Amino acid sequence: MPLPNRGAPLNYQFEFGWLAEYYPQIVKGIGITIELIAVGAVAGISLGIFCAWVRALGPAWLKPIVALYVELIRNTPFLIQLFFIFFGLPSLGPQLSELQAANIAMVVNLGAYSCEIIRAGIQATPKGQFEAGASLAMTRFETFRHVVLVPSLQRIWPALSSQVVIVMLGSAVVSQIAAEDLTFAANFIQSRTFRAFEAYIVSTAVYLALAVLLRQVLAIVGGLIFPRRAAR
Amino acid sequence: MIEFTIWDILRNLLLATRWTVVLSLVSFVGGGIVGLGLLFLRISKRAWLRSLAKYYIELFQGTPLLMQLFIAFFGLGLFGIDVPAWLAAGLALILWSAAFLGEIWRGCVEAIAKGQWEASASLGMGRLQQMRYVILPQAMKIAVPPTVGFSVQVIKGTALTSIIGFVELSKAGTVVTNATFQPFTVYGLVALIYFALCWPLSKSSQILERKLNVAHRNH
Repeated sequence: MPLPNRGAPLNYQFEFGWLAEYYPQIVKGIGITIELIAVGAVAGISLGIFCAWVRALGPAWLKPIVALYVELIRNTPFLIQLFFIFFGLPSLGPQLSELQAANIAMVVNLGAYSCEIIRAGIQATPKGQFEAGASLAMTRFETFRHVVLVPSLQRIWPALSSQVVIVMLGSAVVSQIAAEDLTFAANFIQSRTFRAFEAYIVSTAVYLALAVLLRQVLAIVGGLIFPRRAAR
Repeated sequence: MIEFTIWDILRNLLLATRWTVVLSLVSFVGGGIVGLGLLFLRISKRAWLRSLAKYYIELFQGTPLLMQLFIAFFGLGLFGIDVPAWLAAGLALILWSAAFLGEIWRGCVEAIAKGQWEASASLGMGRLQQMRYVILPQAMKIAVPPTVGFSVQVIKGTALTSIIGFVELSKAGTVVTNATFQPFTVYGLVALIYFALCWPLSKSSQILERKLNVAHRNH
């Protein structure tokens, strides 16, 4: 394979021939990126629902702990959270594989962001809903579970979907601890072929397609969990 | 083996924090200028200018910042320019922030009641005059909280520039870890420094937003 022609301005020959040889790497990388965001979204939103419940309605002693967690995560870069989990935590005991560390980092990250989004949805619930639940002899938790939660999620679903897309794009960083995602594949290809620009253009296009696709999937999922309801 | 005290570690990290701060400021101010241009395109009367800005924003919001950094770093090289890391980092972060700021500000401009446009038009103002004297002064007020909030994203975004070799706080964290073999302490401190930079901004954004809501409720 010819080396790229460096030097003279714009005298560059684009070369995508490497795709034929390296596309399995890219497909594998896409698979891992999808796996990361699937696990991250499901577990992260679950964690977010729990934390939002604590902050809005939960026991008083748990509130400051959750508030500290949310503020710490929201005000530090994902890269540092990832490094802390992958390089820092093993000194306390648990040895994590790259993928485990990446999964944990994404869940912890999305958990904090979705907590704030979901809390806003819960706080927008009309007071009458809680009172109606209480009048049916439901406990506070039952009212939350059966009356408040789903309409709250429905209210903030668009914001939550955007956050999931942001976290998916942010997952490009996990290549830095050698989790073999799409960016890792791009780095691998550019180190083998020296076709850095082309490799990154291709993977950027794939990320763009994934972001569009993810938005569609989240809209469909939203349509499934939130059956048509009368307008509020 | 040399022993490193916490103070040695912290001092080195704080020295590198300067570059995180400088890069954040450059990206935020540069992004603001380009973002203002995008805002004008986004609300222009010509459809093709509007969709141009729309595609720009979709592109930069729909792809990872890390990829944008890589493309700036390797792409500029194709033009025969020898690209230092700070140039690629600054350029990518400016273009990225511009996309987000342009979109945030568009929301603020569109939140201004239509009557304001019509009233200023009836006074014979041109489009630029309308923006300058009527729309922007009002839009700026509601734009402050989300803009301050976005500055936190910019600071966190600068951490990615360590990956293309720009030496700032995150890179210094990696370097110091490699020297001290204390990742828990070092990355813990790095996280705390980022927190110290970002938290006051997050908090003031929240407080500003609350104040604004109160002001609006009284209308």
